[in-house]
Amino acid sequence: MPAVQETIDRVRSIDVDQYKYGFVTEIESDKAPKGLNEDVIRFISEKKGEPEWMLEWRLEAYRRWLTMTEPTWARVSYPKIEFNELYYYSAPKNTPGPKSLDEVDPELLETYEKLGIPLREQEILAGVAPENRVAVDAVFDSVSVVTTFKEELKKAGVIFCSISEALREYPDLVRKYLGSVVPVSDNFYATLNSAVFSDGSFVYVPEGVRCPMELSTYFRINEQNTGQFERTLIIADKGAYVSYLEGCTAPQRDENQLHAAVVELIAHDDAEIKYSTVQNWYPGDKNGKGGIYNFVTKRGDCRGKNSKISWTQVETGSAITWKYPSCILRGDNSRGEFYSIAVSNGHQQIDSGTKMIHLGKNTSSRIISKGISAGKSENTYRGLVSAHRKATNARNFTQCDSLLIGQDCGAHTVPYMESKNSTAVFEHEATTSKISDDQMFYCQQRGLSEEEAVALIVNGFVKDVIQQLPMEFAVEAQKLISISLEGSVG
Amino acid sequence: MLEIKNLHAHVGDDETEILRGVNLTVKPGEVHAIMGPNGSGKSTLSYILAGKDDYEVTEGDILFNGESMLEMEPDERAAAGLFLAFQYPIEIPGVATMTFLKTALNAQRKARGEGELSTPEFMKKVKEKAAELNITMDMLKRPLNVGFSGGEKKRSEILQMSLLEPKLCIMDETDSGLDIDALKIVADGVNRLRSPDRAMVVITHYQRLLDHIVPDVVHVLSRGRIVKTGGKELALELEKNGYADYVGQAA
Amino acid sequence: MNMETRSLKTSAETELASLFDGARGDFAGSDAVRKRREEAFSAFDKRGLPHRRVEEYKYSDIRAKLKSASALVAAGTDGDAKAALDAVATYGDLERYRIVIDNGRLVTGLSDIGALKGEGVTVSDLNAALGETDGLLDVSTIAAADPMIMLNTALVLGGAVVRVGDGVEVSRPIEIVYTASATGARYTRCRIELGKGAKATILESFEDDVAEAEGNAVSDFVIGDEAKLTLARVVTGEATHVSSVLMDIGASAEVKAIGFNMGTDFARTQSFVTFSGEHSNASLYGITMVREKQHSDHTLVVDHKVPNCESRERFKAVIDDFAEGVFQGKIIVRPHAQKTDGRMMTQALLLSEDASMANKPELEIFADDVQCAHGATSGQIDEDLLFYLRARGIPEAQARMLLVLAFLAEAVEEMEDEGIVSALEGRIRDWLSVEE
Ligand SMILES: Nc1ncnc2c1ncn2[C@@H]1O[C@H](COP(=O)(O)OP(=O)(O)O)[C@@H](O)[C@H]1O
Ligand SMILES: [Mg+2]
Repeated sequence: MPAVQETIDRVRSIDVDQYKYGFVTEIESDKAPKGLNEDVIRFISEKKGEPEWMLEWRLEAYRRWLTMTEPTWARVSYPKIEFNELYYYSAPKNTPGPKSLDEVDPELLETYEKLGIPLREQEILAGVAPENRVAVDAVFDSVSVVTTFKEELKKAGVIFCSISEALREYPDLVRKYLGSVVPVSDNFYATLNSAVFSDGSFVYVPEGVRCPMELSTYFRINEQNTGQFERTLIIADKGAYVSYLEGCTAPQRDENQLHAAVVELIAHDDAEIKYSTVQNWYPGDKNGKGGIYNFVTKRGDCRGKNSKISWTQVETGSAITWKYPSCILRGDNSRGEFYSIAVSNGHQQIDSGTKMIHLGKNTSSRIISKGISAGKSENTYRGLVSAHRKATNARNFTQCDSLLIGQDCGAHTVPYMESKNSTAVFEHEATTSKISDDQMFYCQQRGLSEEEAVALIVNGFVKDVIQQLPMEFAVEAQKLISISLEGSVG
Repeated sequence: MLEIKNLHAHVGDDETEILRGVNLTVKPGEVHAIMGPNGSGKSTLSYILAGKDDYEVTEGDILFNGESMLEMEPDERAAAGLFLAFQYPIEIPGVATMTFLKTALNAQRKARGEGELSTPEFMKKVKEKAAELNITMDMLKRPLNVGFSGGEKKRSEILQMSLLEPKLCIMDETDSGLDIDALKIVADGVNRLRSPDRAMVVITHYQRLLDHIVPDVVHVLSRGRIVKTGGKELALELEKNGYADYVGQAA
Repeated sequence: MNMETRSLKTSAETELASLFDGARGDFAGSDAVRKRREEAFSAFDKRGLPHRRVEEYKYSDIRAKLKSASALVAAGTDGDAKAALDAVATYGDLERYRIVIDNGRLVTGLSDIGALKGEGVTVSDLNAALGETDGLLDVSTIAAADPMIMLNTALVLGGAVVRVGDGVEVSRPIEIVYTASATGARYTRCRIELGKGAKATILESFEDDVAEAEGNAVSDFVIGDEAKLTLARVVTGEATHVSSVLMDIGASAEVKAIGFNMGTDFARTQSFVTFSGEHSNASLYGITMVREKQHSDHTLVVDHKVPNCESRERFKAVIDDFAEGVFQGKIIVRPHAQKTDGRMMTQALLLSEDASMANKPELEIFADDVQCAHGATSGQIDEDLLFYLRARGIPEAQARMLLVLAFLAEAVEEMEDEGIVSALEGRIRDWLSVEE
């Protein structure tokens, strides 16, 4: 895919260990008043032209949220977030909702082009075989600015649009599923998101349909002091299949920006959802100043029998990552997968992992987590695997490896395994190690520089996970990892 | 091509000298064999030539094409044309042998200011060389040296050597762990690389390899010094009488 | 850990406070020691009994378990103690020295103090020692926040201080037997010190089982440079039993330890192991054997504070009926503790449908040049193996027992000492055969 190739080339040509997506787009925006109260929530809901029930839902979440306290169990530390100092809604002016491409502000199109994200359908069509096409929903601050290939997807029966649009066009579908996997009161950040979420993607793949192309959303936080609270809802009906990619970037700013997303996946009988993320929010500078606080609740519900949900994540960005994409294995024979690469450098703090909750019979799950810590970063894997009483023959395999580069970082593994069923079989392996001097010398003897050697060895270390990514993403992810680790040796 | 002058060296914090004044000159086109009992310092010498960390030169110099290499990084030495076939090749999990070969080749080409090889060009080259060494495509897809048998590892080293086309090849006990047939394949591979502008240093314990790779000069290294230098017949003599005659001399 | 002061006390917590009030007048020891005990109690009192929202006690909710606190056990007579001791059979006729602690107090008359002295080992009463040495109740950083150890420090009734002199190799194992000749809560503490280059095998047998009463024991090991400790512990019975093993390991020392929670109604064995000197190694094994509604918790924290040490942790659990097993293990590698090599393995066999196991093997690593790994498995008896044995004519029940035994033996046999291994395997066999 040329657009992605371009990204890669651009990434490759960068010679500084700086964040490449750090530019700011100068664009006028339409904001809600600063701070959070019921009026702001009404403002957001009204801006989006939402049905009355949605407003009520938001308000209820907000009232709930006021009674909650921030979780403190994760191994991350950061100054107190002043929730009233944030803007909860910001939209580029002149873009009241997703439009056709020709109507989109050229400034925005250029932004996405700079990010290497293909929005012009024609261009994409020109260069690429049809099976490699990707439909994109581009979310800029609080709103979706455009969704590509909508018409073509519609022909296949697939609904792919922004969640705001879905609320207007398919309110019943949204109402049926929203909050059914991550309840309004699930946790502090999810509840906050339920109150103020602005945009995100909505996907519905009807019974028996294999989505004809990859779907993806690119999130971009541009505006200063603005939280991004996106909400994604993906439903694969019986026998459906969809692969969804998510990418994110933000400008380089000295302040910390808050990102608190909720993603809900529902897989009915025999359905499969593959969800891949390349998270590259601005991580802060080398002294730990700035960067995104990324508090995300992602959960998939394997509701039907033989359903499958697979999470793949490559986490290289954010100052703080707090994220546990999970699977509820409710349907008999359902399967959950979690493949993760978490790279931390500088002063980044990552506390991430997964939960595999085995409820149904013959359910299986697989966890492969690769953590790489460098610089002064802290990188924690935290995961739960549980088999409930009725989860006969549940199976889990977990492999959890950490690699340390340098002496000032930390790598931690905190797995919880709870088996309440004797027929459940859990296997867990974890290792922590460093790149050996012998490996480095061997590579250098063959002509690789120190940084090339580290990149090569690290890519080998993460290979099991990279393989799970769609091809185009895989290459991009490898480059990203190398860039994230630049300056970590020598 | 290679000139080692009065080289003294030790390893890590241990002050014990392991090389105690090695002198050796290798000219282009020549093949030198270094023989010597276990622990005499053969591998140490090869690591020092390749620039391994922790191997410290305390006296003397190593000249490569007339210039001192002592301050060069291992990858700079490699790009300059020095290749070491390791006695114990290192495993790199997750990195396909093919990927490794391509990365190494292009890194060296880049360092020398040459353009990168295109994938088809590269593939053609690898296939050809791999076939000569009886290495299957399947093996090249496996992670580098991971789960390779002793013989496979050694053949993979020679494959890398023939692909990278170095000016100076140092082979550290490339014959150990090989059966007769594999030894023949490896030796043929090495012989194909012999050329008037390339030099080789073959480190071995056994005459056996030298039947196939016939050296111009044979040295005996004992307790960190070269104690005897001769023609290929010296290897035969060693085979018959062992190192006993030389071990005492270096003291 | 929850640090907030809670205003609402459970009745057990209130009772503990009045126990402490009533007992503080009788405390042995120097002023510094008394002060230490007061501080420990007030620290405990702030936290209260640990419960499931305290991360370290997530799976062993002591506050819920302990409905009320028993009165402290009174000292028994030597005669009663003798009777209790005679009923104990952990090690059969294995040649050994004995130190007897009945109802939480050292019984000098039944302990081989004279013979041990001849070997270079001194044994003294904890209460006497507290008057002479101030630091005896101190605990390592990793154990400092544990409320059950605080409670022990506050309420300890007695115990022994065992000192193995520099270079002394004790010719036989020393068994510390904890017996009960009366009902009531027992707070005991033993301090065991191995001098430089000393070599000793210590057996700790908790046969002080009293239903509906608490046992809280601390065994505090200080292992000198180049010393070698072999340790086997067996905890069994109906009490709510928390036992804490503290270990401080010097340089170039060697430790091999195994702990059994065998048929315990509610037992938690928690070990806090600190490497304080380089080039030492510790092999730590733990066994859980529970059935009915029993509960066993093995919790372990290994602190690699210095470089170049090696630790091996291996825990096995066999769980039947409705019983619950818990394993929590944490390996910490501090900054600069380079070349640490730590490997932890936990395996559980669930023998019945309603058995449950929670495993939490953690790594907390701050140094880059280390090799650390952990593994965990839980599952049933391998049906293929079972079939194989039955196909060879072994009846199912016996085949199961053989497989369970083999599973546990992997850890037990690491203890090497034949007498101890066969005694422990005997106990396992007895436990298993009761099943039918
Ligand atoms: N890393 C090291 N640290 C200390 N001594 C070393 C190290 N590597 C090799 N030596 C010592 O150097 C001497 C030469 O070893 P080596 O070069 O491997 O011998 P050879 O290859 O001739 O068998 C031996 O005595 C060996 O023990
Ligand atoms: Mg050698």
